[in-house]
Amino acid sequence: MSTTRPKRNPLAPTPPALLPPVPRSRAALGLAAAAAAGRFALQRCESCGKVQYPPREICAFCLGDALRWGEVARGGTVLAATTVRISADPYFRRLMPWRTGLVRMDAGPTVVAFLHGALAAEGRARLALRLDKAGQGVILALPEEGTAAMNDDPVLRELGCAPAQRRVLITDGRAPFAAALTRAFLDAGAASVFVGIAEDWRPLPDFAALDDPRIARVPLDASDAEAVHRAAASIGGRVDILVNTTWHQRPGDILDRQDTIFSREEMEAAFFGPMRLAQSFGPAMRSLAGEAAFAPCAWVNILSVAALAPAPGFAAFAAAQAAGLSLAHSLRRELRPLRVVNALVGPLDDVWHEHVPPPKLGAIALARAIVAALEDGIEDLAIGDVAQDILARYRDDPAILLREA
Amino acid sequence: MSRRAGYEGVVVAAPTTIAYERYSIHDAHWWIGRALRAALAAAGARPSDVDGLCVSSFSLGADTAVGLTQHFGLSPRWLDHIPMGGACGVVALRRAARAVQAGDADLVACVAGDTNPPDSFRRQLTGFSRFATDATYPYAAAGPNGSFALLTDAYMRKHGATREDFGRLCIAQRQNALAVPHALMKRPLTMAQYLAARPIADPVALFDCVMPCAGAEAFLVMREEAARAQGLAYAQIRATIERHNAFPEDPIQQRGGWAMDRDELYAMAGTTPDGIDIFESYDDYPVIIMMQLEDLGFCAKGEAPDFVRGHDFTVTGDFPHNTSGGQLSVGQAGAAGGYLGLVEALRQLTGQALGGQVKDAATALISGFGMINYDRGLCTGAAILGRA
Repeated sequence: MSTTRPKRNPLAPTPPALLPPVPRSRAALGLAAAAAAGRFALQRCESCGKVQYPPREICAFCLGDALRWGEVARGGTVLAATTVRISADPYFRRLMPWRTGLVRMDAGPTVVAFLHGALAAEGRARLALRLDKAGQGVILALPEEGTAAMNDDPVLRELGCAPAQRRVLITDGRAPFAAALTRAFLDAGAASVFVGIAEDWRPLPDFAALDDPRIARVPLDASDAEAVHRAAASIGGRVDILVNTTWHQRPGDILDRQDTIFSREEMEAAFFGPMRLAQSFGPAMRSLAGEAAFAPCAWVNILSVAALAPAPGFAAFAAAQAAGLSLAHSLRRELRPLRVVNALVGPLDDVWHEHVPPPKLGAIALARAIVAALEDGIEDLAIGDVAQDILARYRDDPAILLREA
Repeated sequence: MSRRAGYEGVVVAAPTTIAYERYSIHDAHWWIGRALRAALAAAGARPSDVDGLCVSSFSLGADTAVGLTQHFGLSPRWLDHIPMGGACGVVALRRAARAVQAGDADLVACVAGDTNPPDSFRRQLTGFSRFATDATYPYAAAGPNGSFALLTDAYMRKHGATREDFGRLCIAQRQNALAVPHALMKRPLTMAQYLAARPIADPVALFDCVMPCAGAEAFLVMREEAARAQGLAYAQIRATIERHNAFPEDPIQQRGGWAMDRDELYAMAGTTPDGIDIFESYDDYPVIIMMQLEDLGFCAKGEAPDFVRGHDFTVTGDFPHNTSGGQLSVGQAGAAGGYLGLVEALRQLTGQALGGQVKDAATALISGFGMINYDRGLCTGAAILGRA
C-alpha cells in the first residue's frame, strides 16, 4: 500500500462506481463463500477425490455427482502470463493494464488467475481467493514468499481495503469496544478516525487515554434520524470505512421481562439505528466508491453470534441481533461495491457477562480481529473462541445447533 | 474402432459469401436468409427443394434452426443446428454428407452467419459459456484475446517462436486478401506495421486479432448426379474428422484434436500432407495456425516457426494458405468464420476464386477450431476436399 494518501483534486469529477462482472453459476458462488471466510477452497469429488475447477455440477474424471467444497493445496506453477491492455468490460477498462495467467495447481486443475506483478511465467506461485468489488470470489496468484512490499500491487490494492491511510468512522463511541477499535485503527495507520458521540455532555472515560490528532469527535446518535442525517451531511463524503458499533445488550429471556421496553432498545441499537446509518451514510459512500485511490471501501457490522442461535439468558437480545444480521446481509448486496464485513462476537468481557463463565472476548482482541479482516480481505468472521465454536456448529448443521442451546 | 465408410456419391457445391460489414443493423436471420437465397440461386434450386437445413450462428437470440424453418418458410425433413464456432463448417459438411448419403435428405443447405451491432461482442463474451462466465470473463474480460495471449505466450517460450514468425503468416494472408473484393482489410501489411501494432494482451497485438463483423457463408450438399444434372461445379468429400475436448489432461493447450485423428484423415483420403495443394486453416490467432501445421502433420511439434520461415504462404507461393485472406484479413463474421475456409477451398477447387486462383489445385485441406469454453478450444475438425 502506498504510504501517502494522494490529495484529491476538488475540481475533478467523481467517476461512477463500476462493478466487476457479477453473474455466476450457483456452484461458482462457493468461491465467494470461501473467500469471504478467508479460506482457499475448491470442489472435490466425493467419489474419486479429484479437485475440480472451474466449479461444476459433475466430476470431470468419473461423472460423480457429489462435489464438496473443501480446502486444497494452494501451490502452483505459472504456465503462461499476459498483460491485458484492452478489455471488453467497463470496470476493467479503468484498471488496464492488468496481468492474468494460467496456473497449474499442485492440486490438479489449471486456473485462470490474476497474476501478482512479481510473478514470472514458469515460476512458482501461491494461490489465494479474494472477494472482488462485486463481492464475487476471484483467484489471485501471489509470490510464494509474502513480503510487505508485495502489497503495493495494483490487483491487491483494488481488491483490498486495509485501514492504512484510510478515514474511519466509529459510529458509537460509547460501545464497549469503541476505544479499542479507535486505537487499533490508529495503530494500523488510519488517516483519521471519526468517533460518533451521542449526548456529548456525558463523560467518555474509555477515550481518556487516547490522545491523537487523527481522532475527531462527531455528534452522532443512531437513534435520532435527524442527527444521523446531520452527521452524514457533515462527514459522509470523508468516510472510507464505517464501523457500525451501535450496541445495546441487557440480559433477559422472553418470559423474564414483563414488557417490551428493553427489547425495543435492543432493536433500536441492532436494527433501526444501523438502518438509519445505512440510509444516510450508504448512498454517499457508495457514490464515491469509483474514486481512483482510497475510495470508500468497507462497511463493518459488529454483531453477536447469538444472531445465529439464541443464547440462554439473552433471548430478546439475540432476536434483535438476528434482525441486525439480516439487515447486514441485505446491505452486502445494496452497498456494492463497498465490502460489508460482518463480524460475529461471543460474550464480551463486560459487566453484563460477569455471571457467564469464560472464555469471554476482550475489546482489544475484537478490535485487532476487525482490522486484520479488513487487511486480509475477509468478509465473514467470528471473533473469539465462543463465536468461532458456534459458527462452526452453525456451518455443520444449523438445525442441530438450535437444539443445543 | 470400426472402419468408416467414405463419402462416395456425395458432393459439395455452391460456395456462397455475403459480403461482410463491420456493423449491421440487421438481425442474424437476415444474413443467414440472404446466404441461403444466394446459394440456392447459384444452384438453380427453389426453397422448396431444400429438404435439409443446417445452421450455425451466435446471434439468433432465442432462435435456433427450428425457428428459421418457419421464418424462411421451409419444411425440411432433416434439420441440424451446430453451435461449434470455428469448427461448424467442417462438422456441418460431414453431417450433411451422411444425411444425403443415407437418403435422409437430398439437398442440404448449410449456412452460417451472424450480425454485429456495436457492443454485441462484449455481450456475447459475458455469457459465452458457463465456464467463461464463472472463470474467464471475471479475469479482466479480455475474451479470446486474453485466452490466446496465454496460449501464444506459452508457445513462444516453449518453441522459440518470435513475433516475426506470426507476422509472416498475417502478412501473407493480407497479401492474399488484397485481390478479394469482400475482404474488410485491404491495405498491404508490412512487418514494421505488424510489429508496431497496438498491443492488446501481450504478446498478442492488433494484427494478431480478427475483426468481429457481420456476414454469412453457405454451401450445398447433394448427390453427385444431382449436381451434374444441374450443371453445377462441385468438389468431392474425401475425408473428414471431428474431435471435442481432446487431451483434457494437458495442463495448457499446445495441441488440438487433429493430433488424435490426422492419420485416419489422411488414410481415408488416400493421401498425405505432401498431397495437399491448398491449406485453409482456422486463423482466429496465428498461434493456432502454427498448432494446425504441426497437428495436421506438415511439420513436427514445435517446428511450425521454422516451417513458416521456409515457405511462401501466399496464393502463388509454395504453400498456398488461407487463400482468401482468412478471417485475419476478411473479418470474423461470428459462426461464418467456421465456414470461411471451407467455402474458399470449394471456390479454389471449382475454379471460382474471387481473388487469386491457385494453379492446378486438386486437393484442399480445411481445418476448423472452435469454442474457447474455458482455457482452450474444444472443437476441432478437418476435411479434405478433392477436385471433381
